[in-house]
Amino acid sequence: MKITRKDFLRLSGLGLLALAGKKAVRAFAEAAAPSASPQTIKRWGMVIDLQKCRQKDGCTDCVKACNLAHNIPQIPDRAHEVKWIWNQSFESVFPQVQTDYTQQAYAGHPIPLLCNHCANPPCVRVCPTQATFKRENDGIVMMDFHRCIGCRYCMAACPYGSRSFNWQDPRPAIPSINSDFPTRTKGVVEKCNFCEERLARGLRPACVEACPEKAMVFGDLSNPETEPRKLLRARFALQREPELGTSPSVYYLI
Amino acid sequence: MLMMEKATVGSRRYWAWILCLAAIILAGFLCYLRQLSHGLAITGLSRDVTWGLYIAQFTFFVGVAASAVMVVLPYYLHDYKAFGRITILGELLAVSAVTMCLLFVFVDMGQPARVLNVLLYPSPSSLMFWDFISLGGYLFLNALIPFVMLRAEREEVSPPKWIKPIVILSIPWAVSIHTVTAFLYSGLPGRAFWLTAVLVPRFLASAFASGPALLILLCLILRKVSRFDAGDNAIHQLGLIVTYAMVINVFLVSVEFFTVFYSRIPEHLEHFRYVFFGLDGNYHLAPWMWLSAALAIAALILLLVPAWRNSPRLLPLACAFVFVSVWIEKGLGLIVGGFTPSPLGSITRYTPTWPETTIVLGVWAIGALMITVFYKIALSVREEAGVR
Repeated sequence: MKITRKDFLRLSGLGLLALAGKKAVRAFAEAAAPSASPQTIKRWGMVIDLQKCRQKDGCTDCVKACNLAHNIPQIPDRAHEVKWIWNQSFESVFPQVQTDYTQQAYAGHPIPLLCNHCANPPCVRVCPTQATFKRENDGIVMMDFHRCIGCRYCMAACPYGSRSFNWQDPRPAIPSINSDFPTRTKGVVEKCNFCEERLARGLRPACVEACPEKAMVFGDLSNPETEPRKLLRARFALQREPELGTSPSVYYLI
Repeated sequence: MLMMEKATVGSRRYWAWILCLAAIILAGFLCYLRQLSHGLAITGLSRDVTWGLYIAQFTFFVGVAASAVMVVLPYYLHDYKAFGRITILGELLAVSAVTMCLLFVFVDMGQPARVLNVLLYPSPSSLMFWDFISLGGYLFLNALIPFVMLRAEREEVSPPKWIKPIVILSIPWAVSIHTVTAFLYSGLPGRAFWLTAVLVPRFLASAFASGPALLILLCLILRKVSRFDAGDNAIHQLGLIVTYAMVINVFLVSVEFFTVFYSRIPEHLEHFRYVFFGLDGNYHLAPWMWLSAALAIAALILLLVPAWRNSPRLLPLACAFVFVSVWIEKGLGLIVGGFTPSPLGSITRYTPTWPETTIVLGVWAIGALMITVFYKIALSVREEAGVR
């Protein structure tokens, strides 16, 4: 079959038209779909009680549970490690609350760190492909491992160091593969997802469940009657670097 | 039509040079294949220092690309005749530099096969999206303009009228590419080293110093290896541009220094201390930064005295100093310094690996090859048309 120039132009024009039509149909379909009512809009958040957490020194149960649930590779080289939740000393996490002479009650104590699921996340703002995005209905900052191009702009933008990059194929370094959760490929960024896969099944996050001291409390921050909100009313809490305007959803009770 | 045939005839020396570049490109390509199969773990990058030599080179060469405006603007806007012969060289240098930039970003991608997701899911809130648009547009403009001009020269007709507004457009566009590139860094809340509005003017000043410095060096090389002579007047004027831009650049860096060291706000101060003095026993960047500072001062001394600036022996030296100084500052210190210390205060040493360095050299060689071929074509067309 011979395609003349005229045919070619006509066909490509029709193709473009069909593409535009598809977009329009999709846009209409989205507009027609029932949007989430205000009552169902949540903001998942976590309150970590440091008084309880420090009771068991050396405990890493939350970290282990997360690693197991999310197929986190165990890479010995610190430069290439992948971590969703981990412990780091109080001084490095909250440098701004140090004073010159008082011996800080928490000095040297390990603090569990994870993605803050910010209400105003810089990582989402900078992502050139929307591979990382904030879910409108519950505030979870998510990663699409299949769309991420591995530019690592989000890692530069995250002020909390919460993101990891797969510098190599992670699969050989996963101790035992959990078939309920995807493994990742090399060249993509990943981070804590607040166990959205468990939330969808009505379960609490794996770290929260694993904590022997029940130091982590998870719930909807937008509802004043939830457990985390009650704790935040009763106790003094810190957020990590709130002055940056990111509005973290993870709180630390002092 | 594309005038490529002009690049296929040349002396023995020309072919030896091409072959040498091809060998470096091949070595870089082989290392890239290795990176493709093993992942970016073969580089010196880490969880804390996530961008290194690749993105630093990208940043530096965006500056070189933008600097074409320093010859385009006087020539087209002010009808400054002395730049008539070298304007096309500036534009072609921009094409090569932008191509290098795109390649540096490409080799930095963890999933290069998905790079078109940037266009498939356009995200106007991301500065990287705008950088793609501005770099792509700039590449197009600077490829189109010399092509049209050169063709007109070959046919010995005046260039078409429609090219003039495009040339004018390329001027603000050049400023935009480096502005957007600085915005990539200066808008991040957790990176105090980059969180300064002066980063944009600093980028532009260092670009307008290093780019024309490179152009002067290229013109002097062309004088040696071809019959092309840019003319003393043009070279001296370029030297003057380098001088002004370098003075402004050093001034802006000093202004930054004052704010950081006088205010002594730790999160700003720590980065500067790390970069210039070392922190916690990690001094590996400091010698480089002091070398950059020393070269900048030496270059300024040479450039500020008119007799030295216009001396055929000292000018290339001053230009080389400017180029290397800015390359270290922007291509090494700026990126690594922004990541160290990390938001959690840890210091991770970044040392580029051999495969990583070879890939960088490969991209440099691609740039050099493009420059060689472009200049060869442009100068051959000119010689034939008798424009010289």
